[in-house]
Amino acid sequence: MTPHPNMREAYGLALVELGRKNPHVVALDADLGKSTRSVLFQEAFPERYFQMGIAEQNMAATAAGLAFAGKIPFIHSFAVFATGRAYDQLRNSICIPRLKVRVCGSSSGLSDFGDGKTHQSVEDVTLMRALPCMTVLAPVDGLETAKMMDCLIDWPGPAYIRINRSDLPMLYPADEPYHIGKITCLRKGSDAALLATGVMVGRSLEAAKLLAAKGIEAGVYNISTLKPLDAEALIRAVAGVAAIVVAEEHNIIGGLGSAVLEALRAIPHPPVELVAIEDCFGLSAACYDEILTHFGLTAQAVADAAIRILQGSSKPEGRRKRR
Amino acid sequence: MTDTATVKKLERMALQLRFDLLDILGVGKVGHLGGSSSMAEIVACLYFHVMRYDPKNPKDPDRDRFLLSKGHCVLIQYAALAELGVVPRAELKKVKTLAGCLQGHPDMDRTPGIEAVTGSLGMGLSIGLGMALGFRLDRRPSRVYVVMGDGELSEGQIWEAAMAAAAFKVDNLTGVVDLNHVQATGPTREIFDIPEIARKWAAFGWEVLNIDGHDVSQILTALNKAQKTKGRPTVIVAETVKGKGFSFAENNAAFHNSALTADQYRQALSELEARRTALA
Repeated sequence: MTPHPNMREAYGLALVELGRKNPHVVALDADLGKSTRSVLFQEAFPERYFQMGIAEQNMAATAAGLAFAGKIPFIHSFAVFATGRAYDQLRNSICIPRLKVRVCGSSSGLSDFGDGKTHQSVEDVTLMRALPCMTVLAPVDGLETAKMMDCLIDWPGPAYIRINRSDLPMLYPADEPYHIGKITCLRKGSDAALLATGVMVGRSLEAAKLLAAKGIEAGVYNISTLKPLDAEALIRAVAGVAAIVVAEEHNIIGGLGSAVLEALRAIPHPPVELVAIEDCFGLSAACYDEILTHFGLTAQAVADAAIRILQGSSKPEGRRKRR
Repeated sequence: MTDTATVKKLERMALQLRFDLLDILGVGKVGHLGGSSSMAEIVACLYFHVMRYDPKNPKDPDRDRFLLSKGHCVLIQYAALAELGVVPRAELKKVKTLAGCLQGHPDMDRTPGIEAVTGSLGMGLSIGLGMALGFRLDRRPSRVYVVMGDGELSEGQIWEAAMAAAAFKVDNLTGVVDLNHVQATGPTREIFDIPEIARKWAAFGWEVLNIDGHDVSQILTALNKAQKTKGRPTVIVAETVKGKGFSFAENNAAFHNSALTADQYRQALSELEARRTALA
């Protein structure tokens, strides 16, 4: 399997693979198939593809009906619409009956940098984590996307998969086995633990290099299963460090940072800093890197957060909302 | 076209379901009497004559599906499932309690015979569409029946589903609109008027049949036509009376969701007994 560097392309190719493996896999899209890349499935299996028009609520509940009929539906839209527009349908029609519906939230986070706040999702993880029974996934690259998708035929109950629009660095170790729930160590270090998801994993690896230059050894962990979070693996990962930084391309309320703190409350732990969007909506920008930098989602911000803790000045002074 | 014995049998069953509603509610228990009783004949015809449904084998993958999109009126479905023996009769008294399996809204997780989770209004037709598409893919004979309320037609998702079902040309999906003209806080036309309901469905590409929803033989004729209609879904717009069979509750929004007093309970019982005599 040669993974595609573009995550949504990798997603579309993996979906086609699943269609080959299992005749019950069906796909639905709300007129964004060219963006979400569900169009690849449409080309391969036209009879199992349902163009639902610009009607996300009906798409979600129709998927529930297909699941009741024994199908494994994958539904697609931009993350903001898949989770927000159709929230009540995900809640009542899919999560309460614990149906095997897979929700692809594409162009997630700020990755649709040009379209601005209406099309960027800063709260999708919060919404999906709050739904009982929902599994919440955010792969780090095309390879992990493919490995994750492979698990979604058999994985019980509903699942949300957060797909980035961009080309992302290939970070998942090629020969590393994968299972849903896995926390992957990408760099070892005993002074600090950098826990990251999605695009912030690469930036945290860069942060670890910045820290190493100052004599600080930071471990970097890719957390791609945001729920259920493997609390034991997390606690092992942070054992012995003096600082924990959680980095995510998401609102600070309810995302990975919240999930980590929920898990760490069980043990005495070192100070935790969160690098995230400070409770505001997105903006249009000229490129992805520009918008990430605007919201402080940089390697430097992750490194600075670790240093603040280690210097005993972890109050996030000077941070402000950016609108 | 339907023999009089069948019509009589189903009229009696509709009456029995209304007796069951009284049994479920008793005195002082809050429940959706009005919108449940307006559907009694429709539910009787579907479960006891039309649907491919073996109560001894309620998980048969080839069974027809009944979805109550207006899920708050599930009491009438519980009554039918109890009459079929799918739900133990003893459960009826335990409705909406932690001791029982009958939830306030349809929940397939808790209640045998319930096919989905509905009750957040406007979702049932979409779920039915998904089932119908799945059965068509697998070439199953199953048909899907979705009962909606007229107040519920305010939900935009209904019309998303209406558009999609016509676009996909599903003919194993039948909608029934329980047109009882009353919703939670008053007459439907005063809350949010939805004129020309039949023409709206027709414009969305559906076969539309207008009937008297308390006339068993009209219901059977319409359901039969729906089965024979190919290439598009059918909706049966059933003119009904909210609270039908309970004179004090008829057309009365107060009985959308409320409890019976002891006097009302006695009156209801005697009205149903009078109906039983008339049907004998």
